[in-house]
Amino acid sequence: MSTTALKEWPLWEVFVRSKQGLEHKHCGSLHASDAQHALQMARDVYTRRQEGVSIWVVQSSAIAASEPNDKNEFFEPASDKVYRHPTFYEIPEEVGHM
Amino acid sequence: MNTLNAQRSTLHAPVDYLLHLADNALVLGQRNAEWCGHGPVLEEDIALANNSLDLIGQARLLYQHAAAQIGQGATEDTLAYFRDVPDFKNYTLCELPHLPLMSATASGDRDFATTIARNFLYSALMVLVWDQLQSSQDEQLAAIAAKSLKEARYHLRHSRDWLVRLGDGTDESHGRSQAAIDALMPYTREFWVNSPQEQAAQANGTGLDVSTLQTDWNAIVDAALSEATLKRPGESAFVPTGKQGVHSEHLGFVLAEMQSLARQHPGATW
Repeated sequence: MSTTALKEWPLWEVFVRSKQGLEHKHCGSLHASDAQHALQMARDVYTRRQEGVSIWVVQSSAIAASEPNDKNEFFEPASDKVYRHPTFYEIPEEVGHM
Repeated sequence: MNTLNAQRSTLHAPVDYLLHLADNALVLGQRNAEWCGHGPVLEEDIALANNSLDLIGQARLLYQHAAAQIGQGATEDTLAYFRDVPDFKNYTLCELPHLPLMSATASGDRDFATTIARNFLYSALMVLVWDQLQSSQDEQLAAIAAKSLKEARYHLRHSRDWLVRLGDGTDESHGRSQAAIDALMPYTREFWVNSPQEQAAQANGTGLDVSTLQTDWNAIVDAALSEATLKRPGESAFVPTGKQGVHSEHLGFVLAEMQSLARQHPGATW
């Protein structure tokens, strides 16, 4: 395998929506020269066992990600606020199943 | 079942015509499989293996259909593994090595541009052939055509995309793809001359007149070559005869590799 291509071709993240699935799920990444190329490669690599009916690709560099170091200030403060889950309401019987 | 359907279901394409279609798919599938583990990048390695498996799947369905008509113990395996070079009716184009030079052995170096150019020229034809065969009077062949058409459309899309990238790419990739087109284009002349099995299939309503596909094929090819900034070579007088069983020296190497296991261990299963 040539490593030149991997250096020159940008990395793409691949999202596939399965037949039953409502949303696209991240399933991996690959190197490709452009979006069209990435879609075709994703088709060949990630959907050959009937995994999907729709593919999204996005250049990895376009994704802004939170820093692992920010974990405490980003995510910890939510841990003691259980009231944010809508589990404290009594639903009237007339409403039925929600 | 009404009378019309009853009549239709008794019609079969000539065995030799089914073998021609099957041999094209099997030999090109075997050729493309030579890339397995050697692709330029991992994703392309998988893509070429996918292409091979599509083609070998088409060949299996066609061989099974042919074997049912031949009887006498014929199976898809006897047709694939126990026939010799003169029995194969594939286009010469399908058996050529992955090199623009016509001097390579079966397992010689592989040139990706040649692989792409060949897959492009072949799949540009097969999208037209399978499309027409969907209305074949042979119902089983029509069903195989409907399945194969979807696969051929992707093969065309994949190879066309690469042809344009390579042709309109670097000096190196442009030169290689032009050399591949120059070397392979003469072999496409065989497409347009109806063989005896094609005439027989056309006569009983199960085949088509291949010469009528040339205009559409030219349009597909010329548009892609122009986008790829590649030049189409002039017509030559040479007309290959692979589909009549008269092959290049390369098919023997392909069959030797493909058939050796089945011939050393007939009936082996795993």
